[in-house]
Amino acid sequence: MSNSVRFFLNGQIHEASVRPDTTVLDWLRSAPRLTGTKEGCAEGDCGACSVLIGHVDGSEVKYHAANSCILAMGQIDGKALVTVEGLKTGELHPIQAAMAENGSSQCGFCTPGIVMSLAGLAAANPQADDEAIHDALAGNLCRCTGYRPIVEAARKVVAAGGAEITGPHVAAFAQIEPQPLLAEGGAVFHQPASLNELLTLRSEKPGAILLGGGTDLGVALADYHTDWDEVISLGSVREMRQVRETENHLSFGAAVTWEEVLARVGGHYPSLATLIRRFGSTQIRSMGTIGGNIGTASPIGDGPPALIALGAEIELASLSGHRFLALEDFFLDYRKTELRPNEVIASVSIPKPKPGQEFRVYKISKRYDQDISTVCGAFSIVREDGQVRSARIAFGGMAATPLRATEAEQVLVGTDFDERAANACAAAITARFQPLSDWRGSAEYRLQVASNLVERFRRDVAGETVEVMAL
Amino acid sequence: MNTDAKIVQRSIVGKGIAHDSAARHVAGEANYIDDMPELPGTLHAAFVLSPVAHGRLNSFDATEALAMEGVAGVWSAKDVPGHNEVGPIHTGETLFAEDIVDHEGRVIAVVAANDFETAYRAAKKVKLDIEPLEAVLDIEDAHRRKNYVVPVQEVVDGDVDTALADAPHVFSGKLKMGGQDHFYLETHIAYAIPGENGEMLVHSSTQHPTEVQHHVAGILGIHANAVECQVRRMGGGFGGKESQPTIIAGAAALIAAKTGKPCKMRLKRRDDMAGTGKRHDFVVNWKVGVDERGRILGLDAEYLARAGNLPDLTGPVITRALTHTDNSYHIPHARFVGHACKTNTVSNTAFRGFGGPQGIITIEAIIDTIARELKLEPNAVRAVNYYGDETGDTTPYGQKVDDNRLVEVTDAVLASADWQQRRAEIDAHNAANPVIRRGLAMMPVKFGISFNLTSLNQAGALVHVYLDGSIFLNHGGTEMGQGLFVKVAQVVAEVFQVELDMVRISSTATGKVPNTSATAASTGSDLNGMAAFKAATAIKARLTRVAAEHFDVEEEVIIYREGRVHADNRSVSFGELAKMAWAKRVQLSEAGHYATPKIHWDGKTMKGRPFFYFSYGAAVAEVAIDTLTGETRCLRADILQDVGSPLNPAIDLGQIEGAFVQGMGWVTCEELWWDKAGRLRTVGPSTYKIPGSRDVPPIFNVRILDNMPNREETVFRSKAIGEPPLMLGISIWLAIRDAIASIAGSVPQLDSPATPEAVLRSVREAKGRLKDS
Ligand SMILES: Cc1cc2nc3c(=O)[nH]c(=O)nc-3n(C[C@H](O)[C@H](O)[C@H](O)COP(=O)(O)OP(=O)(O)OC[C@H]3O[C@@H](n4cnc5c(N)ncnc54)[C@H](O)[C@@H]3O)c2cc1C
Ligand code: FES
Ligand code: FES
Repeated sequence: MSNSVRFFLNGQIHEASVRPDTTVLDWLRSAPRLTGTKEGCAEGDCGACSVLIGHVDGSEVKYHAANSCILAMGQIDGKALVTVEGLKTGELHPIQAAMAENGSSQCGFCTPGIVMSLAGLAAANPQADDEAIHDALAGNLCRCTGYRPIVEAARKVVAAGGAEITGPHVAAFAQIEPQPLLAEGGAVFHQPASLNELLTLRSEKPGAILLGGGTDLGVALADYHTDWDEVISLGSVREMRQVRETENHLSFGAAVTWEEVLARVGGHYPSLATLIRRFGSTQIRSMGTIGGNIGTASPIGDGPPALIALGAEIELASLSGHRFLALEDFFLDYRKTELRPNEVIASVSIPKPKPGQEFRVYKISKRYDQDISTVCGAFSIVREDGQVRSARIAFGGMAATPLRATEAEQVLVGTDFDERAANACAAAITARFQPLSDWRGSAEYRLQVASNLVERFRRDVAGETVEVMAL
Repeated sequence: MNTDAKIVQRSIVGKGIAHDSAARHVAGEANYIDDMPELPGTLHAAFVLSPVAHGRLNSFDATEALAMEGVAGVWSAKDVPGHNEVGPIHTGETLFAEDIVDHEGRVIAVVAANDFETAYRAAKKVKLDIEPLEAVLDIEDAHRRKNYVVPVQEVVDGDVDTALADAPHVFSGKLKMGGQDHFYLETHIAYAIPGENGEMLVHSSTQHPTEVQHHVAGILGIHANAVECQVRRMGGGFGGKESQPTIIAGAAALIAAKTGKPCKMRLKRRDDMAGTGKRHDFVVNWKVGVDERGRILGLDAEYLARAGNLPDLTGPVITRALTHTDNSYHIPHARFVGHACKTNTVSNTAFRGFGGPQGIITIEAIIDTIARELKLEPNAVRAVNYYGDETGDTTPYGQKVDDNRLVEVTDAVLASADWQQRRAEIDAHNAANPVIRRGLAMMPVKFGISFNLTSLNQAGALVHVYLDGSIFLNHGGTEMGQGLFVKVAQVVAEVFQVELDMVRISSTATGKVPNTSATAASTGSDLNGMAAFKAATAIKARLTRVAAEHFDVEEEVIIYREGRVHADNRSVSFGELAKMAWAKRVQLSEAGHYATPKIHWDGKTMKGRPFFYFSYGAAVAEVAIDTLTGETRCLRADILQDVGSPLNPAIDLGQIEGAFVQGMGWVTCEELWWDKAGRLRTVGPSTYKIPGSRDVPPIFNVRILDNMPNREETVFRSKAIGEPPLMLGISIWLAIRDAIASIAGSVPQLDSPATPEAVLRSVREAKGRLKDS
């Protein structure tokens, strides 16, 4: 047991004896008084608190941006943490220099966070195009500049070949191996390394919080709404960090992040990749896991409708064994699931595309990037000689759980998916759902959009450009 | 005064110089108040806010909060030693609620603890006994009940009733426009540090240090001379830190005075959004009479503004809405009426544009309606109504438009945006594409520069020259990112012809320059730049005398260039001259004061010349809309903006782009949403969506009108820039209307913001008409 979190802080090994559920942002700004990292919202949405997290990936150290406001100190044990103060090595990092020269800051409050996001991009993707630059900036709000000078600074750095992050080498990480148990100030943080260790802990401590990336759980922490007295973190569980590909399936360990999922699905389901690029932000996708998105069982989550339409199956594991469920059967009611107190979601398996299959998922929100869906509709059909043989349709934002529209699916089967079939399918969707009204949209709007998406899907599979963002 | 005199060459003013803090911003080395080292014993404060929109506050019980380890105390109205007042204009606007809470998020009490987290948690533990009362949440409901916070205002010109009765065509409509949260990235914060003998130093993130100083003194029951307010920089203001900081600073200072300990108060984002004011949402009912060409003959417009629970700045916001309803158009007969509706929602406040956007979107909606009703091209309707020789040049409030640049600006932007060809392309696209529709729109903006209230148009500056030739500059303006500090420093460096880094920019402080106005109404560089210019020029005149004596030449011969002072082929460095002056016991320090000339305003008749000059701009926007989902995207925007002879074109460009995108947010994605109980549910960026980087039009051409010095004698003939381009964002809303109009050729029924839901509703309405006809 250790009472301090151990990590590289701007290149130097640092041991911090804090409660492991202290947020990285609060810790940075209080103990070492590294105040370059700002708080703009404490809910993971503005990016002012962005830092870089480094971890060993095979033979290299990889860095990604993360929101320090919703990140617990326990989660950086065994990692490298880089803040804006650590980016500058004597002279300004190229992105800092480009932003300073380019008029990319006005009030400057968003600036350190933007610097970190773009430094992450410059290291990870030196070939970034404008779309990739926007992907990197999707989690950073700037209220002053209108972004143009920020994007331009990023272009300059990319055009010059990007820039690496200077930090510890792979070998150095051996000195800060993740510690199995952190405990300080009454808070306990377990980091099991294997599924078996995890399942043992889970059965011994059914009340402990299961922590994936913390992008859902961390929001309440940042609002001082909760304490995490006992946490079981999934980030070091070997089996749950794996991606397996078989002839017919892609299988993701539950602790695989969305950013890692994104890297694997594009070739099979481009529309799924587009959705994932709009899932939160780079910061959120780099921490948030596929298992957490299912475990949180939000009615407005984006993963479930897409995965249900794809026919995904999940594996639930406990010391008593493994069971497999179709994803749609996991969700019982509002935030109620099949998960038993001694179980975890171990993996998610997605079938690969079949011949004649068309899959599309559409996320409708007030803002294109970094927004929660008002409605998320996913459609999958398999056609043979123009005729629909099978169909799967699922929605988020339309009910207390992610939900399949079975009647609407049935309507399509056997048709050519012409306008008439689309209209009938839309009518079946209208009949199926009674959504809620809230700040994201009224019930009428949700219903109207959900049914209109059928027409979009029809035009989309016919080859039309159907989204304004694709123009 | 001749502001251009004696400057040999403009070597510093007019240059696109980076923000003075840019290198520190990117390095995380620019310090905001929360970054300042904390003094030992510093307490942290959090508000107890009302969870209900309206109720009688019978009592509250803080026992549980006070029992928490580290909690220092709880204070409320009864603990205020002086006046429980924070209103910028009116009395009766209390810091702490007394017996009635009148909006959700109303400040009831403040808790302090040894650390922020404890204070915040303790505040949530205070138990409130509130007896609910009926809440008025809707603007029109308040209007029906005649619930107003200030008396009605009216701008009347000519005889509108007769004009409407005689007009060949009369159209009417109702427009609803939403409010807007400032969403400055740095939330409200203040750090109060008690000193000896009752003194109080307050670091406040405020656009108005003088108001913070005076209200803190009032709250503590001490003289203003015992309070100093300082502000180095804000992490954004946009008007949200004009009157509201007194609430936060007042509470922090109260705790500091009560405990004798320094106290920091920082608002969590949700408390900031629930507890402080926003842009006013309005409902406008209008009726216009026109001839066949769309020439406006008379306009009757009734504005209902959501004041919220208190007046705050609602009166002047309405004044600016009424004085911007004409925008660029001559309106021969006008009646513009403004009601300040009192609702049980948080008191609205200043926001960049300050009523101007609400006035301008109204007239632009009217012009658009006229054009579509009469089947005319909207820009043709604009053109027949522009101020000019053929129409007239007097505004409904009596000011002459004598610096008109409307035709230059709009013709130029139409040409550079390739209007003709794109109009044809878009019409062709729409004829062939039922689902994705495109729209195109142009609009001009004429914006009046000066505070409507004449007395606010003054500023002070303090300039010291030290014996090494370095210069210390202080003025009443505050830095919120807009680049005011570098602009004013450029003015001073220009006067002395020294390197910019010889001018030290310092925190705004009420002890250095007193009785200042808020940095607002776009006037920051006009007022403070001129005050600094006057101070620097006065010192320079004395130095020139010393130099002339030294070189034994006429004063006319003395030239300042590149850090040296020349007389023919002899010269001394600027520092050497300063030393010589000191040795001769010449004063090397000066306080400058500037008051804008020519302006006057009669608040009773609503007539006068409220504005020193007008600033002009125009934008063309193209959008695409999805008629299945209501999603929209701005594909291209072209902007041309008049900034006179800019002090710093790089800074001005940033202001134009940033303001445009903020205006775009106001009319598209930014939506404030209250539930039926009057609770604001959009209190963070997860629910309140401001534009992101991908929302900025991929083609974004922003130009500054070349070579157009201000006709008025402003500092180096520059023009203000902070607010006007925000209203150019309305062009996106007009382009969305244009796209919707392509469906049925009818007048789009569209309010603001044009969220996907609002657009889809409007699209369905248009499709419905198509079916009916
Ligand atoms: C700014 C922001 C933007 C977001 N945007 C989106 C978005 O666009 N779309 C979207 O769908 N979501 C979004 N989210 C929500 C969140 O990021 C996702 O749900 C994410 O996938 C959660 O994964 P996590 O690993 O971070 O979950 P955590 O927060 O770690 O956990 C969430 C829940 O799942 C449980 N859990 C985690 N792993 C397992 C497991 N293996 N077995 C059983 N239970 C488990 C946890 O106990 C907890 O109850 C956003 C969140 C934020 C803060
Ligand atoms: S503070 Fe806004 S994302 Fe962390
Ligand atoms: S520079 Fe002010 S928020 Fe970005």
